[in-house]
Amino acid sequence: MSAATEDAVTEAPAVEAVPKRAMTLGLGTSLAVLAALVIAPLFVKNFIIFQMTMLLIYALAVLALNILTGGSGQFSLGQSAFYAVGAYTSAILMEHVGMNYALTLPIAGIICFAFGFVFGQPALRLSGVYLALATFALAVAMPQLLKLGFFEHWTGGVQGLVVTKPDAPFGLKMSQDMWLYYFTLAISIGIYVASVNLLRSRSGRAFMAIRDNEIAASAMGVNVALYKTLAFGVSAGITGIAGGLGAIAVQFVAPDGYTITLAISLFLGMVVGGVGWLPGSIVGSAFIIFVPNIAESISKGLSGAVFGVLLFIVIFLVPHGARQVAIVAQQLIGKLRKG
Amino acid sequence: MLSTRLSTAAFAAVIAFAASGSALAQKKYDTGATDTEIKIGNIMPYSGPASAYGVIGKTEEAYFKMINANGGINGRKINFVTYDDGYSPPKAVEQVRKLVESDEVLVVFNPLGTPSNTAIQKYLNAKKVPQLFVATGATKWNDPKGFPWTMGWQPSYQSEAQIYAKYLIKEKPNAKVAILYQNDDFGKDYLKGLKDGFGAKASMIVAEESYETSEPTIDSHIVKLKATGADTFINIATPKFAAQAIKKIAEIDWKPLHLLTNVSASVGGVMKPAGYENSQGIISAAYAKDGADPQWDNDPGMKKFLAFLEKHHPEGNKIDGSVVYGYGAAQTLAKVLEMCGDNLTRENVMKQAASLKDFEPDTLLPGVKINTSASDFAPISQLQLMRFKGEKWELFGEIMSGDVSN
Repeated sequence: MSAATEDAVTEAPAVEAVPKRAMTLGLGTSLAVLAALVIAPLFVKNFIIFQMTMLLIYALAVLALNILTGGSGQFSLGQSAFYAVGAYTSAILMEHVGMNYALTLPIAGIICFAFGFVFGQPALRLSGVYLALATFALAVAMPQLLKLGFFEHWTGGVQGLVVTKPDAPFGLKMSQDMWLYYFTLAISIGIYVASVNLLRSRSGRAFMAIRDNEIAASAMGVNVALYKTLAFGVSAGITGIAGGLGAIAVQFVAPDGYTITLAISLFLGMVVGGVGWLPGSIVGSAFIIFVPNIAESISKGLSGAVFGVLLFIVIFLVPHGARQVAIVAQQLIGKLRKG
Repeated sequence: MLSTRLSTAAFAAVIAFAASGSALAQKKYDTGATDTEIKIGNIMPYSGPASAYGVIGKTEEAYFKMINANGGINGRKINFVTYDDGYSPPKAVEQVRKLVESDEVLVVFNPLGTPSNTAIQKYLNAKKVPQLFVATGATKWNDPKGFPWTMGWQPSYQSEAQIYAKYLIKEKPNAKVAILYQNDDFGKDYLKGLKDGFGAKASMIVAEESYETSEPTIDSHIVKLKATGADTFINIATPKFAAQAIKKIAEIDWKPLHLLTNVSASVGGVMKPAGYENSQGIISAAYAKDGADPQWDNDPGMKKFLAFLEKHHPEGNKIDGSVVYGYGAAQTLAKVLEMCGDNLTRENVMKQAASLKDFEPDTLLPGVKINTSASDFAPISQLQLMRFKGEKWELFGEIMSGDVSN
């Protein structure tokens, strides 16, 4: 009896297994998307560039969650906590220590990696919905921790910290927004390529083996505990870098910016983009940034309800998110070529 | 070929510009203002934890609709663009940038919340776009030197606190004051105001206790404060905790002179749950008329307010303080735009906003006047004391002011 209950508790969550080749886009498509991302800012207003920067930043955070959930099969509703730690690390280093903004990002990443790795230890005992709840607790606790009087000298308490926006270096004639966009783009590409390689490597195969069947994975000699915590660490580290970039782009950090709503948005972005499909991260990110604005333009009083309806339609029509759309599109193109 | 066409076009444009310039020499516009329209931007938490305040934005929208129905301001219609920021600073930055760079508004008016306003302050000041009449009580908005494009509206927490200090020094010079405050920007701002107000008589304060909003109850703090032998209690708490304090004080049979911040002076939200019998004699301060109070039924200002609700904003509830607030703030902006005349540049808007003299919006208490100057960016700094009696507040004494200089 007790064995049966335990089984029910530790059963792997229902994340669909994604073959590793299906995790990325083809070379041609990747280059086309990259070209679009590079050229687009030259033709739009600064405000749109700012939105595109936020798009990339949230895409990084969604990507990080995707590695954790799509890769190693662990749920997390606590990504906002890692995002907040990254944002505050960058903001504090820039404003109190006077460090260059670019240098604060790796530090934010390392601190969040450590934080995620440590948090992953107790999380080992939990899986599925229980793990989701444990991380949920982390997300709920974080804004209050940031307000604590003990840290106030550094965090600015409820008032938050105002961050100075960096100018373009080397005397480049470029607006701050545009420079920050290309800076973010470069980092995003770096992290995306590294993530794809990670999932294709030995460690990535270990993540996926754990996701598909923990017992089989450990029978094959995969150190389940190590790789599960490692997945948490990597995910937290990338989220931390995204948080740091977010702080620089928004020029302000405050506890109210990193509530559970952010964690749920990121989760939403991952599902809409397609769980386990890394390029979907940017689609998911676009969804969480632009769809609330569309909903608001339809009805101000009922923006939440309209957003809900739109989300429902997306989940109902394409349950596997952007990945499904991409596969259908690919098949269509294939048919056209043959015809 | 192309260049000739371009230069012709440019030439034509120059001529057109020169012609319109000479014909309309008096009129000056910045982005967001034209002969027919003034574009006003706003952000409000229509969703999220502070969505109760969204009523303010809706009231303002209705107010400007009324102005447009009556012919607009100096013949120009108000186009009020308001977005939801969900009380989230990153979203506030995104929405304000959209207002300034995409919708191209003339001013950002009455954005709500201390965190959201802090997030957008640097940006708006760098862009030289007025951040006018912000909807928060923090004192830092009155900083014309550091942030010449930012101006508050309601009395700051510090001015209110100073009024209580003035009252105590005058009425109860030997008081032993105990203070309970919330450990955040609101509580600390307030505490500073009290200390500044007591000035040399700061020794009147015999005890200070702070609490965190995460604490389930503040009973132990009250017991501690009673033990200090204080005979005056200043309650700087948000509604839930303020009600707890009132109840606990009655329970342990402590009978201090009780002063309560305006933030928690809600009959329905604090006094009723704490028990009317426990709340008798509590002193607070107000600057706006209370829609629930029958004494204003025949007041000309309130009659206008009620007529507005009936005709243009039927879903607005007259006893909701946020409706009264939105009406007053919108009226102040309308006054400033009227004073701008045909010179609708951002600079002139700030200049006119900083030259309000004895302006009295319909919903403010009689005698409370809005005054600003180039060095005073705190429009409302007067309040009147009130005492809780029976089931409502009774105003007493004169209008008091607590001007705070930064």
